[in-house]
Amino acid sequence: MANERSNSSAIGQTLIAGLWRENPVFRLLLGMCPTLAVTAAVKPALTMGLCVIFVLLCSNIVVSLMRNLLKPHLRILMFTLTISTFVTIADLFLKAFQPRMSETLGPYVPLIIVNCIIICRAEACASKNGLFISIIDAIGMGIGFTATLCVLAGIRELLSTGAVFEIQILPLGENGGWFTPWAAMSMPVGAFITLGLLLGLVNIISRKKT
Amino acid sequence: MDTLNTLLMGFISIVLINNLVFTKFLGICPYLGVSGRIDMAFGMGMAVTFVVTLSGTLTWLIDHLILMTIPGLEVTRYVCFILVIAGAVQLVEMYLRKFFPVLYDSFGIFLPLITTNCAILGLCPFINLWEVGNLLEAVVLSFGAGTGFTMAICIMAGIRENLNLADVPKSLRGAPITLITAGLLTLAFMGFAGMIK
Repeated sequence: MANERSNSSAIGQTLIAGLWRENPVFRLLLGMCPTLAVTAAVKPALTMGLCVIFVLLCSNIVVSLMRNLLKPHLRILMFTLTISTFVTIADLFLKAFQPRMSETLGPYVPLIIVNCIIICRAEACASKNGLFISIIDAIGMGIGFTATLCVLAGIRELLSTGAVFEIQILPLGENGGWFTPWAAMSMPVGAFITLGLLLGLVNIISRKKT
Repeated sequence: MDTLNTLLMGFISIVLINNLVFTKFLGICPYLGVSGRIDMAFGMGMAVTFVVTLSGTLTWLIDHLILMTIPGLEVTRYVCFILVIAGAVQLVEMYLRKFFPVLYDSFGIFLPLITTNCAILGLCPFINLWEVGNLLEAVVLSFGAGTGFTMAICIMAGIRENLNLADVPKSLRGAPITLITAGLLTLAFMGFAGMIK
């Protein structure tokens, strides 16, 4: 991909790859912990997605810039150090400007450090490619991840509270509506089963396409 | 007697009730990835238990003895944590290779993988969050977290070995059915919730 840098179709493909063909959650099964943990509602999922985009973008830029200086056996250590620096920045930013959201997400913000997506992109893309491709790749992957989180969170929030983004969509039983919230959906059970069924759905769709 | 009680309660709570895998979603990657065979799962569990006990203790010590005593240094917490964990994994790897080559061979690829196991880094902020007051408690909790992980991954591997014989719909084979199984398993473990306050 490196020698096709100027080719605009390659850039477009890199961008789109993260959304579907190499979607980090559905296709590569990376970054499962945050995917499952923060998707009880759309808002924290979106915040988490934005944090990941920020960290992914910054770490891809830095790794791509220092790729020629890296010693092979110290590579992973340098990646994790770079990532943890940016995660600290994101964490402090959230604490300062979104204290309530920071409390909801809790330890899952520092856990972005060990989010496999970021190390995987640093290893597979940024340490081999130039700055420009790395940025495009980070944006594509980040948006793919965020979109997946939001879909999962949307389904879970809708079924567990009848609302999406805290806007009531299904009328609740206690207010004279017909919808009974599924409490299990906001618990870990809901996360595992919804993601499992979604993966099955993705398998069906991609099989039909080919 | 009182401390023993607290320690025992803490241990049971982190193994069964606040199990890292089932309630905190930590360590899901190896939980889904290497739970195909029960012996591999057990090896992974043992390696994680070892590293998590070591790094949980070390990070607690560093956090309380160094980072908290010097104001402003707390910012570097995560950088320190990940350094300690990566260092601990490296040390364990070198030590095993030198003195227990058989054990080293059986751990194989799992050891380096542990660095990015969320269960280990995840436990450090959780220990911080639960305001663990003394060293002994931190050690017991870290060990309990490892034990809980081993138990979870072994149960999962046992189920998946039998799942190979089952007739699963084509599109659900592999990861999807594993996730659904994990969901049902979580449901079972929810029965322990509220056992200890």
